[in-house]
Amino acid sequence: MIRLAWLILRKDLTVEVRSGEIAYTTLFFAVTCVLVFAFALVREGKPPDDGAAGILWIAIAFAGNLALGRAFERERQAETLRALLLAPAPRPAVYLGKLLGIVVLLAATEAVLVPLIALLFQARLLAHPFWMAAILASGTLGFAAVGTLFAAMLVRARSRDVLLPVLLYPITVPVIIAGVRGTAALLQPEFEGDIVRFWFALLIAFDAVFVTLSLWTFESVMTD
Amino acid sequence: MRAATVCALMFALSPLVIASADYESTMGLVQKIFYYHMPSAWMFLVSGLVCGVASVRFLITGDARHDRTAWAAAEMAVIFGLVTIVTGPLWARKAWGTFWIWDARTTSSLVQWMVAWAYLILRKYGGPGSEKLAAGLALFGTANVAFIYVSVNYWRTIHPPTSVVPKLPFTMGFPLWYCVAAFTLLFIVLLKLRVRLEEQRATLDSLYLSMDEQG
Repeated sequence: MIRLAWLILRKDLTVEVRSGEIAYTTLFFAVTCVLVFAFALVREGKPPDDGAAGILWIAIAFAGNLALGRAFERERQAETLRALLLAPAPRPAVYLGKLLGIVVLLAATEAVLVPLIALLFQARLLAHPFWMAAILASGTLGFAAVGTLFAAMLVRARSRDVLLPVLLYPITVPVIIAGVRGTAALLQPEFEGDIVRFWFALLIAFDAVFVTLSLWTFESVMTD
Repeated sequence: MRAATVCALMFALSPLVIASADYESTMGLVQKIFYYHMPSAWMFLVSGLVCGVASVRFLITGDARHDRTAWAAAEMAVIFGLVTIVTGPLWARKAWGTFWIWDARTTSSLVQWMVAWAYLILRKYGGPGSEKLAAGLALFGTANVAFIYVSVNYWRTIHPPTSVVPKLPFTMGFPLWYCVAAFTLLFIVLLKLRVRLEEQRATLDSLYLSMDEQG
């Protein structure tokens, strides 16, 4: 199963490396988002206090929505999703492969977003690189776990482009809260270890529950 | 039908029962909104639970009856959630001095209300096959309750703990339980009506189909 998931991930990455369609559009969109926030919130060269954490996660959530929609739109256009589901592979492996693809894509976006926001909003996002990476990784995994399942479910639905954010954002509220609070705690002048650890633990619990639930439901919602 | 009549009577009499309750010492008259706020909030919670459980059973068995129950319960969640979200801020304006506070229970209720709306939007605009997607959404929404609650509760909560309810004096406890009974009855009546409507729609559809087959 792990090998199958790896094969699907490699296929997605190969397509992406050759075309670059989703990576470039997602990245450009995320950067544009950050710029809009910079124009809206930075007054006389002074960024708002604690604004950077919120802006980072909003940019990730928006860009994630875009990437999820495009990743499955591509599979739908060429009917390759049907081929994937027809293949003699366990469904959870297909889900895992797609999930990892989205996580890699979002990680690449975050690698650009974090330094950019640190620069534009004078935030100390890189003061604790290990914790920053841990919060980002666990938050991205939780967001992508729910998003991959919903985007896959919606492939055959009418008006899927509008429905994805409508379903995704209410469900991922805890990820956004925990991500923003955890990141904000990292930005404080003195390191608030307890608070960061609490939000990280919440994110890990969320990841565990929602990845398990997705693996279980993917089979039954993708049957036809 | 009889249940509906009893329910209507109970609601008609409820202003009298609530008027007979003692005034709360610090909040006075405005506290009486509590007799509608809390029962509707409970029914909102129950609707969400019913929707989640019915959706899981639908995902496991594929039986359309559970799906109809889940749909009806989601509509109830939107209605009772609306009552809760309208009465809450009216009370909060007087009791806390502001219409809205991002406290654990307000935030989690609001998010659950949005999930219920998302469920209905998905049912309406999702096209064929959306019932399975909606069941998945309801399952995730139910699992989410705990996470939202923990995450917001970590900030700070301003709602009184639920242990307040059994300690209420009789003059305030009786109107409260009266209203809880009235709201529960209303929930059951509406849910049954809504499920029956869906059942008859399904029967009608299958009759049309069989007529088409006969030519």
